[in-house]
Amino acid sequence: MDLRLAPNAIGMTSVEFMAWSTDLMEQLAKYTGIKKAVDKLTAPIWSWAIRNATVPLHFGIACCALEMAAASGPRFDAERLGMIYRSSPRQTEVLLVNGWVTAKLRPDLRRLYEQMAEPRWVVAMGECAISGGPWYDSHNTVQGVDTMMPVDVYIPGCPPRPEAMIDGFMKLHIKITKEMKGTFLDE
Amino acid sequence: MAEMWLNMGPQHPMTHGLWNLRVKVDGETITEAEPVIGYLHRGWEKLTENRKFAQIIPMADRLCYGASMSWSHLYCLTMENLLEVEVPERAKYIRTIVLEAQRIGSHLMWLAALGTDLGSYTVFLYPVRERELFLDLMQNLCGARMTYNYPRIGGVRNDVPANFERDFTRVLNHFEKRLPDYEALCDQSTVFRMRMEDIGYLSAEQAKNLGVTGPNLRGSGVDYDVRRDDPYEVYDQVDWKVCVEKTCDAYARYRVKMDEMRESCNIIRQCIKKMPKGAIRVKAPRTAPRGKTAWAHVEDPRGEGFMYVIGNGDDQPYRLKVRSPIFVTVSAAPAMLVGYKVADVPAIMGSVDMCLGETDR
Amino acid sequence: MSEVRKMQQRIGLAPGGKTGDVLAQEIIQRFPQGVTVTKATLNRFYAQVDKGMLLKLANFMKEHQDFEHVTSVGGVDWLAEKKMQVVYHITSYANKVTAELVVDLPRDKPEVDSITPLWGGANWHERETWDMFGIVFIGHPKLERLLNPDGTEVFPFRKDFVSGRRV
Repeated sequence: MDLRLAPNAIGMTSVEFMAWSTDLMEQLAKYTGIKKAVDKLTAPIWSWAIRNATVPLHFGIACCALEMAAASGPRFDAERLGMIYRSSPRQTEVLLVNGWVTAKLRPDLRRLYEQMAEPRWVVAMGECAISGGPWYDSHNTVQGVDTMMPVDVYIPGCPPRPEAMIDGFMKLHIKITKEMKGTFLDE
Repeated sequence: MAEMWLNMGPQHPMTHGLWNLRVKVDGETITEAEPVIGYLHRGWEKLTENRKFAQIIPMADRLCYGASMSWSHLYCLTMENLLEVEVPERAKYIRTIVLEAQRIGSHLMWLAALGTDLGSYTVFLYPVRERELFLDLMQNLCGARMTYNYPRIGGVRNDVPANFERDFTRVLNHFEKRLPDYEALCDQSTVFRMRMEDIGYLSAEQAKNLGVTGPNLRGSGVDYDVRRDDPYEVYDQVDWKVCVEKTCDAYARYRVKMDEMRESCNIIRQCIKKMPKGAIRVKAPRTAPRGKTAWAHVEDPRGEGFMYVIGNGDDQPYRLKVRSPIFVTVSAAPAMLVGYKVADVPAIMGSVDMCLGETDR
Repeated sequence: MSEVRKMQQRIGLAPGGKTGDVLAQEIIQRFPQGVTVTKATLNRFYAQVDKGMLLKLANFMKEHQDFEHVTSVGGVDWLAEKKMQVVYHITSYANKVTAELVVDLPRDKPEVDSITPLWGGANWHERETWDMFGIVFIGHPKLERLLNPDGTEVFPFRKDFVSGRRV
C-alpha cells in the first residue's frame, strides 16, 4: 500500500493503475478487518450455493460410468442433490473420473481438467481411478489418477454402488463446507 | 464448399464409451468417416497371461460391462472346451436364464442411451427403472449389481436363492406389461421415427462381408443367430424364434432389439419351468497341456462374441484371444455413415449399441 | 446332443448346406499340397496352411464354399519355437460351418498376405494383429496403430515385451 504514489495516479498507465489500486484496496480491506467480516458473513452462503450445485462433467469412461448413469436414474436420483451433468468443461465444477485412464487418454484428460474453471474438484470413482485397479501390470494404464491431478474425494469399489457414489459426493459437500471460501477467494 | 474434419469425441455426450469419430463434412453432409479407438486399451489379452484360470473370470466381466456375465460365461465355455469339462444340466439352465436376463438388461441400457442421444429423457428414465429390477434379481442371485464373477469353469458359483422363480416371474410379468409402453413411446413419436427411418443403410451383402453380427446383421435381413445355428447351453431345448427385419436401416436394428427382449422373456419362462434338480458345478482340471487350443462363440447382446485359448502346460493361458462384435461393427461404421448428415450420427451409432470396453480390451 | 440329431437339425436349417467334413474333403482335393486338414467334424474343420497358399485357399473358400464372414484373425507369438502364428476363424452362414486356419510364420520376418480385399471384416483384426505383434499383412489398406497410441515403438503382445507399470 503505497499512498505516496497517489498524486502520480494521473500519470500511470492503465496496467500500472490497475495493479496499484487493486493492491491498495486489498490491503485496506485486510488491515481494517472488512475482509474478515465480509468473508465470515458470506462464506456460509457461498459454500451452501456451491455445494448444492456440484455439476459434474458428462464424461463416462468405463464400468463405473454405468453406475454413474444408474445414479441419475429414478431409483437413486442424483439430480436432486445438484449433480446435473453438463457437456462442456467450462460449465462444470467436478471432474468425475470413472474408469481406467490410458496413455492415449492421459493428455486429453489433463486438458479437460485445465479447461475447467475454479472452483473445481476431482472425484476419483472406482479402483481404476484410485490406483489402477485390476490392471496393475498393464502397459497402457495410469496407476491412479492422482499421479496426474490433485484428487479431492476417492470413492472405492469395483464398481461402487450408486449409493456409494452419492455418499462420496456428500463427503465432497462436507469438504466444501469446511473449506468455506468467502467472497475474497484467496486463502 | 471446403471440407473439414470434425472430431466427435472422445468427450462427447453422444459417445457411449470413449472413442473418437472423425468425420469429414462438406457443409452438413458426411463424406468420410474414420473411427479412432484405443482410449480404453489396457492390453487385456496380455494381462490374462499372468493370471490363473479362475482369476480371469472377474477380468472377463469387465470386458463389456453392459452385459458382463455374457463375457465371463464365454470365457468359461472356452475353458470348458479346452479342459474337456461337461457342465451339469442344472447349471446350463441357470446360465441360460442369467444370460437372457443380461440380454434384456443390456438392451434396456441401449434403449436408455439411444433416448439420451435423440434428446428424449423419458426414454432414458423408463428403461433404467426396469433395468434396476433385473439388477435386483442378479443381486439376489450372486450379490453384485454389475460385475458378477458368477460363472465358474464347470458350472456356476452358487445355487439359486429361495423364491427365485417367484421373483423372476413377477419381474417378467411386470416388464412384459410395460414393454408395449416403451415401444409406443418410440414408435408413436413422429420425431423418433423421422430420425431413425431410412438412416444408416447397411445392405445384407455389406453387413456379411464387413463382419457385422448380431442384431445389426439381423436388422439387415440376414437370418443368422449363433444360439440357433451353433447351439450352446440349452438354447436347442427351448422353443423360441429369431428376430429378423428386412429394412436395413437404423429403425430395423431398433426393432430387432425390442423383439429380442420379448423373446428373452419367453426363453426365461420356459427355462424356469424346465429346470431340473441336480449339481451346479463339477470339478475342472487345473492345468491344460501346452499347445492345446480351444475356442467358443456365443451370441452376445451385441453380436458374435468369440474367444480362442491356447494352454501353457500350467494353470495360466499362453494366449487368450478375444473377438468383440462391436470392434468389427465400429470398423463398418463408415459404410453406415457416409452420405448422411452430422445430426444423424447419434441416431446411427446409437442404433448400433456400442460398448467400448470390449472394443479396446 | 447326439451327432445324428445335430445333423438332422442342421440339414433342416440349411437345406442346401454341406457339412464340415464334406467341405474339408473338397479342400483336400483342391489343394493337395500346402494345406493339411487336421480335424473335420459336422460343423467345424481345422487346417494348417502354408503361408503361400493362404490367399488361394481363402479365395476358394469365398467363391466356391460360401464362407461369407471372418470371425477372427489373431496372432500368437511362440518365442521358444521361434515362430509366429496367425489363426483365422472363418464362418459360412449358408453351411453353418466354422473353419480354423493356422498359418506359421518365421519370427524374424513375419509376413503374410492380407485377406482384407476379400472380406472387409478382417480389416481391423489384421491391423490390430500388426499393432500388437508386428506381423505384416501384405496388401492391407492401412497398417497403422489402432489400439496403442500413435508413435508407440514396441509391439506389446510379443512375449519378449514385459508389461510392467509403464505409465
